[in-house]
Amino acid sequence: MAGKTLYDKLWDAHLVKQRDDGSALIYIDRHIVHEVTSPQAFEGLRLASRQVWRVDSVLATPDHNVPTTVKERASGVEGIEDPVSKIQVKTLDDNCDSFGITEYKINDRRQGIVHVIGPESGACLPGMTVVCGDSHTATNGALGALAHGIGTSEVEHVLATQCLVAKKMKNMLVKVDGKLGKGVTPKDVVLAIIAKIGTAGGNGYAIEFGGQVFRDMSMEGRMTVCNMAIEGGARAGMVAVDETTINYVKDRDFAPKAAHWDAAVKEWINLVSDDDAVFDSVVELDGSAINPQVSWGTSPEMVVDVNASVPNPADEADSVKKAGMERALEYMGLQAGQKITDIHLDRVFIGSCTNSRIEDMRAAAAVVSGRKKAASIKEAIVVPGSGLVKEQAEAEGLDKIFTEAGLEWREPGCSMCLAMNADKLGAGEHCASTSNRNFEGRQGYGGRTHLVSPEMAAAAAIAGHFVDVRQFAKEA
Amino acid sequence: MKAFTKVTGVAAPMDRANVDTDMIIPKQFLKSIKRSGFGKNLFDELRYLDEGQPDQSCEGRPVNTEFPLNFDRYQGASILLARENFGCGSSREHAPWALDDYGFRAILAPSYADIFYNNSFKNGLLPVILDESIIEQLFNEMYATEGYQLTIDLEEQAVITPSGESFSFEVDEFRRHCLLNGLDDIGLTLEDADFIKAYEQKRRAEAPWLFDTIK
Repeated sequence: MAGKTLYDKLWDAHLVKQRDDGSALIYIDRHIVHEVTSPQAFEGLRLASRQVWRVDSVLATPDHNVPTTVKERASGVEGIEDPVSKIQVKTLDDNCDSFGITEYKINDRRQGIVHVIGPESGACLPGMTVVCGDSHTATNGALGALAHGIGTSEVEHVLATQCLVAKKMKNMLVKVDGKLGKGVTPKDVVLAIIAKIGTAGGNGYAIEFGGQVFRDMSMEGRMTVCNMAIEGGARAGMVAVDETTINYVKDRDFAPKAAHWDAAVKEWINLVSDDDAVFDSVVELDGSAINPQVSWGTSPEMVVDVNASVPNPADEADSVKKAGMERALEYMGLQAGQKITDIHLDRVFIGSCTNSRIEDMRAAAAVVSGRKKAASIKEAIVVPGSGLVKEQAEAEGLDKIFTEAGLEWREPGCSMCLAMNADKLGAGEHCASTSNRNFEGRQGYGGRTHLVSPEMAAAAAIAGHFVDVRQFAKEA
Repeated sequence: MKAFTKVTGVAAPMDRANVDTDMIIPKQFLKSIKRSGFGKNLFDELRYLDEGQPDQSCEGRPVNTEFPLNFDRYQGASILLARENFGCGSSREHAPWALDDYGFRAILAPSYADIFYNNSFKNGLLPVILDESIIEQLFNEMYATEGYQLTIDLEEQAVITPSGESFSFEVDEFRRHCLLNGLDDIGLTLEDADFIKAYEQKRRAEAPWLFDTIK
């Protein structure tokens, strides 16, 4: 019999019941909750007079609607200016209070983007099943966990039963070997993967990211990669446990301690795919051939090297794809053949669950240090992923580096990644963004998003247009 | 949940690939704490020429007359014809809520994003998967025939065209059963409460750290 993949092992360890009709009950260890996708779930529990099955497995925080300016944040939830946003954040507070769920409220120093605080606090651990009503939950897969987004009905289902009704996904291995060049980041790796497999490439699969590039990558880098598994169509992305994983988890707030730690590590080191495991699909990339990436269109698969040009729909044979490219060019206000480095930029956003951890802050700060934001950039904001990331960055003086360079240093939240708060693009504005989606209107009505790494966004803030950060560093 | 057995209705087009859930229902409408009322803002950025706001009436807003759902011939449509990877992106269940609230009961496409596919079944909205060539044929027939209607029979797992041509489709037995009977799957899962408790007991002995309280 063939060996098991990491996903097979995680699935087997959480199987509560295999039903005759092909569905299964899967046990959920950790449930993270935010304000946008939970109110209707709590309402459903109330209407059916149901309790939360295991209240101590749930951790909540508001992130999508929270303001990121010091001024609007100063008086907590009452200070949120948008009345509809305020009601949503208040509703989360009320629901958590009445069901007894632990919540890091708006100005708690541990508040932050759900996918940042899960690993940071140790609430999400290797070997766990982790769900959240948010598609970027796959971020936690970096820990060697089975983590994925769910809808609101499933949020209610997990609250009420601690289980999900699921069907096993297929296994895909995305193998990236070689060594990344200087200035090439985990974000570039995942964008290159999505460009290769397409946004539907991972539909029906759980992806394991394997190969030397991921073994060499930091935990935070692995989180950036797993975060965007969904942009490649896969609900779950994951990386096998190794020493990097164990070292990252050790001593975190909710990490096991003492004898529990030793027992946990003993279990966790087995969270790797067996040598003879069989994957349903294998995709390989050469890490040493990946260059800094920039998205030009309105789908995360519409990505090219920074030194390339905007592609020409006339070169695309598939008629549906071709129509999509033409529409994307029109929406983005770009011409086929235009050089990526010639795209005029209006705003820069450094943040989101993809790139708002301390390493992202450090990388961006290193690029802007001692330089000034281009006058043509209307606004460049840096939004740390959590209160703890913010504290750490400030302890290292990164906030000063950003503000001296003319970038704004903000309070933690999802911010301009999806513009549910006041941080948004104006119609027609181009933004160099470290977020994960370049869909039409995503960062603001009529806004035009270009997905890049924190280093590339920082360099763009200084230059006023995209530059190859490898070149940029040399000139410094 | 609303049961789905057999639906006959006008088909309308969403003729592009990779329709994302941001497009189906833009983020500003996600601030609602309700489950209903999203239909008027379905495809908001395509249907209207201005930026919609939550809690705003859509009467009097400038309408995009080039967007098919605004055409007279597609009014009252209950079946949406779509292209590959429909519903990609965000996990927001507001997307099926909006489609349902607008009046759609079923979608026909060659493929869907996983989370959207799953969310649809929870809301009595049937996402049918048909071969790309069949979808292409249905698009062509729909464009050629005003008032083009399709029948979707979940019991028989078939899509039937006005000429009587029938295409069968696959659907998971569990999902089919729940949808046919309008079953609440939380209630079904709770029937297995003993299995869940037994699993917890076993796991607590093997891996007690998984049960530490979050504070």
